[in-house]
Amino acid sequence: MSLTSPDGKTTIEPDDSGWATFFRRLTTATDWKTGLVIPALAVLTALIIGAIIIMLTGSSLQETLQAYWALLEGSVGSLRAISATLTEATPLILTGLSVAIAFRAGLFNIGGEGQLLIGGMTAVLVGFSFTGLPWFIHLPMAVAAGFLGGAVWGFVPGFLKAKTGAHEVIVTIMMNYIAIYLTGYLLKTALFQREGRNDPISKNVEESAQLPKLLGWFDSAMRVHLGLIIALIAVVLVWWLLFRTTTGFEFRAVGANSHAARYAGMSVTKVYILVMVIAGGLAGLAGGGQVLGVLDRASPGFSAGLGFDGISVALLGRSNPFGVVAAALLFGGLTAGGQNMQATANVGIDLVSVIQALIIIFVAAPALIGAIYRVKTDASSTQISQGWSS
Amino acid sequence: MSQTFEKPPAESYELTASRTRELSKSQIRRAQISGVVMLLLAAFVVVFLIPNAEGDATFGLSTARDAVQLSDLVVPVTASLWVLAMVLGFLGATQFVRGFQRRSTLILGLSFGVFVIAFIIWATADQQFNLTSMLVATVSRCTPIALGALSGILCERSGVVNIGIEGMLLGGAFSGVVIGSLFGGWIGLVAATLTGGILALLLAVLAVNFRVDQIIIGVVINILVLGLTSFLSSQVLIKNPDLNNAPIFPAIKIPVLGDIPIIGPVFFNQTIIVYGMFILVGTVTYLLFRTRWGLRTRSVGENPRAADSLGVSVAKVRYLAVIYGGMVGGFAGAWFTLGTVGRFDEGMTGGRGFIGLAAMIFGAWNPVGALGAAMVFGFSESLSEKLSLLDIPIPTEFLAMIPYLVTIVVVAGLVGRARPPAADGQPYTKE
Repeated sequence: MSLTSPDGKTTIEPDDSGWATFFRRLTTATDWKTGLVIPALAVLTALIIGAIIIMLTGSSLQETLQAYWALLEGSVGSLRAISATLTEATPLILTGLSVAIAFRAGLFNIGGEGQLLIGGMTAVLVGFSFTGLPWFIHLPMAVAAGFLGGAVWGFVPGFLKAKTGAHEVIVTIMMNYIAIYLTGYLLKTALFQREGRNDPISKNVEESAQLPKLLGWFDSAMRVHLGLIIALIAVVLVWWLLFRTTTGFEFRAVGANSHAARYAGMSVTKVYILVMVIAGGLAGLAGGGQVLGVLDRASPGFSAGLGFDGISVALLGRSNPFGVVAAALLFGGLTAGGQNMQATANVGIDLVSVIQALIIIFVAAPALIGAIYRVKTDASSTQISQGWSS
Repeated sequence: MSQTFEKPPAESYELTASRTRELSKSQIRRAQISGVVMLLLAAFVVVFLIPNAEGDATFGLSTARDAVQLSDLVVPVTASLWVLAMVLGFLGATQFVRGFQRRSTLILGLSFGVFVIAFIIWATADQQFNLTSMLVATVSRCTPIALGALSGILCERSGVVNIGIEGMLLGGAFSGVVIGSLFGGWIGLVAATLTGGILALLLAVLAVNFRVDQIIIGVVINILVLGLTSFLSSQVLIKNPDLNNAPIFPAIKIPVLGDIPIIGPVFFNQTIIVYGMFILVGTVTYLLFRTRWGLRTRSVGENPRAADSLGVSVAKVRYLAVIYGGMVGGFAGAWFTLGTVGRFDEGMTGGRGFIGLAAMIFGAWNPVGALGAAMVFGFSESLSEKLSLLDIPIPTEFLAMIPYLVTIVVVAGLVGRARPPAADGQPYTKE
């Protein structure tokens, strides 16, 4: 079944981007370019511009190459580096999915940061509040709490968008700031604050609620944890929801043309609220994964920009759940490598976010890459939003 | 959500009558809701504020530097809270029963104002609170927000959504401080303005030529500038503190006007950036609504195809409007460094660009309206700052949330009624 809008301009096929299509795209000649060549050239160009920026701050060519070598070594140079990459990629998969699923329904979720903070706070609350529970009860409870916390934070912009037309971009950004201040306040309350501390830091998560290290038996320095598996399960579930269920079809129909979807009898209100609850939940899950798997506690700013990075991940992954995994691995590698670069080559890790922003520009404007490298592209730029009035 | 209001067909009287009834029904409901809100505010004053109130509140009306010194205003707290609660109750009850009809929004705004006054009086009980210095801070803090909104208005009136205002502010703040440290404040101000213009050029190229989703470009500009300025700050500014030490523009007192009590220090004893903001708001209003350039810009934002068919170059108009907008944003960025502290900190704009965006929507894409909205945000910012100095049993974090909460309420309450330019955010393809 396919759905065509009354004006005949928009047609939605029920299976426009499942895994089969995704892999077919990679293997057919024309989509090779959009699928792999363009992103690869985008990464290359961004790295070259990044190198120029390093050199402009007074480093020699040799130092710059050393910095990039450190970046490479820190991301894939050893088993420990790969473990670090996977650890960094875990929350990015989830925040990327969060942004991607909202994109599919035509909503732009910039609120990943706040949803992640609130999800992390609820997860940590459950994580330290219960003692003596077996792990197979306590851990799922804490993970679910993370999802719920984020879902509540996602519900607000979804509800306001559906009921009053308030643009989700503005509301989610404001919810981010509110979450930052709320977290700062909560961490100083008796409920959260660790005994005997004056700075805002939470109690430690009980061992029964910590996400176990996957390779801890092999090398205790490898921090990759069960959250990675949870994130991958979430990827499959989101793919299934989007491309194999009626609800997912409605999400995509509303995203393609909300007027046509309403005309076809779908409830746009329901879709906006539901998709933002899920998107918020996924970001909350990312926050839960960070506090239960990596940090074991919450402190101000533990979100560390992961919510914003999710936007880049979703754009690079073209809002495809499997594309999101690939993009998250790339950005996770850049972050892990960037830490190594900062430590050994003395080049600040903020350069990584510059490189990420440049990658997004080139991926969003394939014609730009086409013009630089004289590659033919289908020149279709990503078009997600329809301005304020959508 | 855009609403279209059609003129009812004149020949069908019945239809007109039923429409009027329908409209007034929803109006009555809205009036009742706002009446209830006002009554709740009155109840809040009576239940939560009055039982914890005692003593007198002392309000300073002059700052130490003023030529005319006014004596402090001393207000008995409990009595004045009762009076204000009764005013709120009266307004709310009238609104609920009869409705103020066309003045409803005004009355609702007024009620919020009365409530804020009640809250300030309660918070100041047995303490000192300088009203004039809070208003001075209001105008100063409203400046980057109003300029940010103006930047958005210039872009969006031509049909290009700009959510990269935050990045333009940050970029202007950074280059302003670096160039300002090297060559002095005025050249720093020019550099900040140009930085905004260059970032806007990026927006224009990607939005107009490459037709990339404009919200994505805005987000990318924000990430790019935050990353770049933080990187340069940690690599360069930390090692060379001389580059992060710019002169601060002094407040310039305007003769005669600056000596008027209260109004003088608030409006006529500010920095050049604040005066620049007022001049720009006036200029842009004139240019947009009274000149040929403004008409062309607005027509491209509303209906690019019609403008194109009349010989207006859509691309050229959009390029110019976006670059002007970016320059205003960069100029606004200078406020953070050259206008206040003289040094740059990572991410120091703290979301003011996004609040400017909300002010733009609040002001219905009109410069003067946006200035009014920016004043409200500037007021809530300076209020939360000054209240955190008083000894009140509310955590500072909640006070700091106020501007963001106000933004959500404003966007949720007004966006349905304020109509954006029709072609906002849509790339134009010439046929």
